[in-house]
Amino acid sequence: MKQLMLGNKAVARGLYEAGCCFASSYPGTPSTEVTEELAKYDDVYCEWAPNEKVAMEAAFGASLAGRRSFCAMKHVGLNVAADPLYTMSYTGVNAGMVIVVADDAGMHSSQNEQDSRHHAIASKVPMLEPSDSAEALEFTKLAYEISEKFDTPVLLKMCTRVAHSQSVVETGTRQVPVKDYEKNIAKYVMMPGNAKKRHPVVEERTKALKEYAESGPVNRVEMGGTALGIITSSTSYQYVREVFGDTVSILKIGMANPLPDKLICDFAKKVEKLVVVEELDPIMEDHCRSLGLTVSGKDLLPVCGEFSQNLIASALGKPAAKGRALDETLPMRPPVMCPGCPHRGLFYTLKKLGCTVLGDIGCYTLGAVAPLGSMEMTLCMGASISALHGFNTIGGADSEGRTVCVIGDSTFMHSGMTGLANVAYNQSNSTVIILDNSITGMTGHQQNPTTGYNIKGDPAGKIDLEALCRSMGINRVTVVDPYNLAECEAAVKEELSAAEPSVIISRRPCALLKYVKRKPPLHVSPDKCKSCKSCMKIGCPAISMKNGKARVDATLCVGCGVCTQMCKFDAFCSDGKEEA
Amino acid sequence: MDTKNIMIVGVGGQGSLLASKLLGYLLLNEGYDVKVSEVHGMSQRGGSVVTYVRYGDNVASPVIDEGEADCIVSFELLEAARWLPYLKEDGQIVTNIQQIDPMPVVTGAMEYPENLVEKMREKGAKVDAMDCVALAEQAGTVKAVNLVLLGRLSHYFDFPDEAWQNAIKACVPEKFLKINQTAFELGKNA
Repeated sequence: MKQLMLGNKAVARGLYEAGCCFASSYPGTPSTEVTEELAKYDDVYCEWAPNEKVAMEAAFGASLAGRRSFCAMKHVGLNVAADPLYTMSYTGVNAGMVIVVADDAGMHSSQNEQDSRHHAIASKVPMLEPSDSAEALEFTKLAYEISEKFDTPVLLKMCTRVAHSQSVVETGTRQVPVKDYEKNIAKYVMMPGNAKKRHPVVEERTKALKEYAESGPVNRVEMGGTALGIITSSTSYQYVREVFGDTVSILKIGMANPLPDKLICDFAKKVEKLVVVEELDPIMEDHCRSLGLTVSGKDLLPVCGEFSQNLIASALGKPAAKGRALDETLPMRPPVMCPGCPHRGLFYTLKKLGCTVLGDIGCYTLGAVAPLGSMEMTLCMGASISALHGFNTIGGADSEGRTVCVIGDSTFMHSGMTGLANVAYNQSNSTVIILDNSITGMTGHQQNPTTGYNIKGDPAGKIDLEALCRSMGINRVTVVDPYNLAECEAAVKEELSAAEPSVIISRRPCALLKYVKRKPPLHVSPDKCKSCKSCMKIGCPAISMKNGKARVDATLCVGCGVCTQMCKFDAFCSDGKEEA
Repeated sequence: MDTKNIMIVGVGGQGSLLASKLLGYLLLNEGYDVKVSEVHGMSQRGGSVVTYVRYGDNVASPVIDEGEADCIVSFELLEAARWLPYLKEDGQIVTNIQQIDPMPVVTGAMEYPENLVEKMREKGAKVDAMDCVALAEQAGTVKAVNLVLLGRLSHYFDFPDEAWQNAIKACVPEKFLKINQTAFELGKNA
């Protein structure tokens, strides 16, 4: 049956049909929905792991045990999982293993714009690159065939536009290939003596994969006009088709690593001018040059950001549609902390106390934007705690008395724990704030090891953050309610002045969680509002100034009451309390 | 036929995903090739969000570019103005007149622009502006704004009423069906 399907859901469907039995992932935009959708199939074991490295190793174990396995992550997640990946290239697999890595050209929801193809090349692991949902499904199944035929894990590279676009797919049925585990120390124990024997196997495998890439179904030539030949892949292929139709010839690369040398050279001979159209780094372009071909690419097209049909049309000399804009500059609408967000009160406190705040990855990264503007560093998952230790060690007592780090509950489980171990072990006088909103928020509400529920929403193990921190050697562990500004301020002051490591857990569930009950919206008594704008300092999107008075948007307000603590004149009222 | 382009724009959290799901269902049932591109992740936190819906005999790109949209459906007035450059020369805007202050307006750094409907018309855009919140409330819930907008949108396409009704039935939970059907009719007849 034909249906419209999100790219990520199509991957999940492909996994199901290919007989995948085990999936372990850490959420990360734009990869999250693959595992979420897969978890809807009852006959596939799915889980959220604390981080991508754990997920990949768990999937490796499942492959070793004889069932097709899977893990998914965003591009930066593959950095975390790079360690197992590079050596799994040596061990190979037992049952097939597929790894989705989702790039985010344009940085819709990421801290950098790295090109995952580099990891495929460096680890010598084959990588497939679908260009729409139908290919996402088909390539996922093909990836398992390649994995088992060539004894290697296979990377399936998604990008935001393929992951988060719906296009038409046709679904098939599920078949589950089964293998037995066989002890094989020479293959699976990668100590030097064994690894030395496996490296040549990897090199031979790459040669065989190159042969496969030359003739297999994954790369294809679409001959059209021969004045221009375009080598392209992924979503760029769709933009090229949009602009040129069949007026040019296209070599569509479906296997990003290894690239098919002969196919590329033969294609180059058939066209007058050769252009590579690829987002991010010039990987195929440089490869063409290494084959001695004359080629254009990044001399015409940008390295940074996403492509689109207009961008490609303009760069390659075709007319592009143009629009009109209003004459004035419109106010931007950046993402903001939601009304009732539990992070708001804590960030306001840190700003009020003039703290230097080292931050981490999550919704709370929005603490860096106006009007809170109280975060001064965000690098990667878990870096806040480790960097705070270094910052305080150099900064000494002055720094220790005013510097904190903030990290979410899920990010803390991902890679904050090791940073805290360093703080405890090396007795860093650092104040670590865990923003525990009881969910993985930014990626759209995934459970994690501190929430007590698994990916299917069933009860699961629950790690006690207070007990964990104490057991690591942190004696000072305090829990505060971020809706209570006085409590937050007292705790931050006290822990900054303490002469040993401390952890403050700022605990309140995400206001968007379905089980969180909303209070009735507040409203402003215009007679009491003195237009002092104190309430505007917390940057709540539900509060604005209208005709010189504060006003609450009743459709947005969840009644958290943080604004009432900002107002010296008791102007914020809940229903029934307002004076006539 | 050439590919047709519909953009759905609004503020993260306003519920534009149901509108694109419903359109996608309808267009696929009408026999078209369809692509829908959504925004997930950080922008959903109250930021400016856009969904692209494209249909035709054979759709390649999943996104709509500047000057390409046949129709822009907007859940919020400023967002309609923001995405105006994406409208085709003779394109149609269908917009809710609701105003949600973005952070630069909340903080007082900027004013919410005035007379946006008139300004868009001065630029030659065809603008159909209506109070969808009021109509949605009339239907029974403010959450039905998306069906009010789709009802209005149905004016500008030749799809039979039955196709819209089937799509609504397929995409809306049974217990909210009546409210959403009412919202669709109110939008259509506004």
